[in-house]
Amino acid sequence: MSLQVPTMAEKIAKGESPDILFWVGCAGSFDDRAKKITKALVKILNHCNVSFAVLGTEESCSGDPAKRAGNEFTFQMQAMMNIQVLNGYEVKKIVTACPHCFNTLKNEYPELGGNYEVIHHTQLIQELINQGKLSLQNSETFKGKKITFHDPCYLGRANDVYEAPRSLIEKLDAELVEMKRCKSKGLCCGAGGAQMFKEAEKGNKEINIERTEDALETSSQFIATGCPFCNTMMTDGIKNFEKEDSIKVLDVAELIANAADL
Amino acid sequence: MTIQIILFGLISIAGIGFFAYNIWKIRDNIRIGKDTKRNDKKTERIKTMILVAFGQKKMFSRPIAAFLHLCLYVAFVITQIELIEILADGLSGKHRLFSNSLGSFYVFTISFIEILSVAAFFATIIFLARRNLLKLPRLNMKEMMGWPTKDANLILIFELILLVCIFTMNGTDEVLFNRGISHASDVQGSFGFTISSILGPLFFDSMSNSSLLILERIGWWGHFLMVIGFLNYLPYSKHFHILLAFPNTYYSNLEKKGKFDNMQSVTNEVKLMLDPSADPYAVDPNATPPSRFGAKDVNDLTWKNLMDAYTCTECGRCTSSCPANVTGKILSPRKIMMDTRDRLVEYGDGKRKNGKDFEDGKSLLGDYITQEELWACTSCNACVDECPVNIDPLSIIIDLRRFLVMEESKVPNELTGMLTNIENNGAPWQFSQNDRLNWANEE
Repeated sequence: MSLQVPTMAEKIAKGESPDILFWVGCAGSFDDRAKKITKALVKILNHCNVSFAVLGTEESCSGDPAKRAGNEFTFQMQAMMNIQVLNGYEVKKIVTACPHCFNTLKNEYPELGGNYEVIHHTQLIQELINQGKLSLQNSETFKGKKITFHDPCYLGRANDVYEAPRSLIEKLDAELVEMKRCKSKGLCCGAGGAQMFKEAEKGNKEINIERTEDALETSSQFIATGCPFCNTMMTDGIKNFEKEDSIKVLDVAELIANAADL
Repeated sequence: MTIQIILFGLISIAGIGFFAYNIWKIRDNIRIGKDTKRNDKKTERIKTMILVAFGQKKMFSRPIAAFLHLCLYVAFVITQIELIEILADGLSGKHRLFSNSLGSFYVFTISFIEILSVAAFFATIIFLARRNLLKLPRLNMKEMMGWPTKDANLILIFELILLVCIFTMNGTDEVLFNRGISHASDVQGSFGFTISSILGPLFFDSMSNSSLLILERIGWWGHFLMVIGFLNYLPYSKHFHILLAFPNTYYSNLEKKGKFDNMQSVTNEVKLMLDPSADPYAVDPNATPPSRFGAKDVNDLTWKNLMDAYTCTECGRCTSSCPANVTGKILSPRKIMMDTRDRLVEYGDGKRKNGKDFEDGKSLLGDYITQEELWACTSCNACVDECPVNIDPLSIIIDLRRFLVMEESKVPNELTGMLTNIENNGAPWQFSQNDRLNWANEE
């Protein structure tokens, strides 16, 4: 079945106003690996008949990397242009699969005039399961498999969301194995604060290698993430150890979509 | 006796006076910082202070250090009760002024202090061993070389001397009391202090009455002088955290850690740029002259950043949890705080000496903190989460980055590309905004 991805413009033209806006983000729109996460989430939204829309070509970078890099001008230009678009469509609720967009939209847009209820996609999926719109019963896909969850800094420490992604993994009938550094003590993947877009400073190790070692120690078959950048960093880390065959890096949305056979 | 009272009074006044002067200087220095709003949500602030400072909640992620620290902390707080008596005795010329009126409660209180003091004594020895024998990595990093390590050891040695003085004072008094010649009372017997009723006879029984009387005075005066000395050492030491931990946690950032502050000066300009009807030449009569974007020196930081710097006790939990530091980069959040404090002391002294417009050609950025340190940060908030007294090194790092980027255009090359892409095509990579929805139709 092909994906149903209505844009805000289309919805409004039809006189409809969707319940929730899916903020795809730059990685989710352009990065080949992250696009799969985007599609997995859309499959879930379609399956549950969620009334949603995307901004499509009207979406622009949230400004997060600019703000973390110290360029407040670029950040605020982006933020204010986005807020004009969002307020124009009278958006009330936003879901995003990127913790960086999530944090910026939720915490940093209000002072610039953008007030929305912003949730992370793992929180939305949790809601859908709780409402009975999505069922993972009888799913054998991940039964008994070991899965470890890597906390994205901008979801966990930055916004205190630890339980939503974990509760989803538990719904898979899988064994959730925690890394030695987890939740509020979780180690960064190395991509935050605009590091994704530059080489690391001189050191004796890459941060994603250090974090991948934590994950490998759990001898899990899957590393679950909730952030496209963490996903890239952990995937690179696994490649570095040549463990691609024994351990896979998947977003929580992908785990759920696979388990629900979507 | 009168000489002793006069001496005691003079030392007390001088000691407390000099301490007050140094506190005033520190307050003056903290007020160099820019304003930031931290006086809302009073109930939540008090709750945070009680949990984090009084309750030491965040210490317990490392249980061994937390337990040892708790021994010292509780002993220190409770010992202050004994200090009240020392002050009363010193000024009245009496000895153990409260012992008769309080009776068995007095014995209970002193015994309680003694038991905690034994725990504190062993905790101090273990702390010294962790620093100097076990050489715990986080206590022996580069920024700890020299004065910081000496400072740490001095504090621990002071504490040991203080404890020895307390037990000398109480122990000799027990023996004197047994012999019926204590200053405190002409009744004979044992005070019954849990520890020194055993230690006293054990160590001091063989001594003559006159030696004991002298030794008791040495213990008493030693205790008093150590307290005054320690008090005046605090403002020069990392140990100042015992005082500032309380206000510093009260003024904690209560927002989500991911929220970076909004730069209002930039908002005003961006609004002008985006408003087609705005008059670019209009002058707002209420506008304050634009200050620097970001921070170059301590006077560009907020007063909370500066209070953070004075509160830091250099425990290094931040640095040991920093992803950049654990992978060998030179960034150390602890060093950021130490640099900020050292520069603030230098800047504040200079300002007081040379007047308001003091310039020494130095700045926090450049002379203390390098660009390489700043660009290694992933803004992951591990250091902020880890700090037992809610210090926020990240906000200093970001403010220094802002100065580098917005005032100096000193941006790592790859980041220049990323920023240009965002400005030109609304994504950190070179993809056209028109292609944003292509994924929906790709297989």
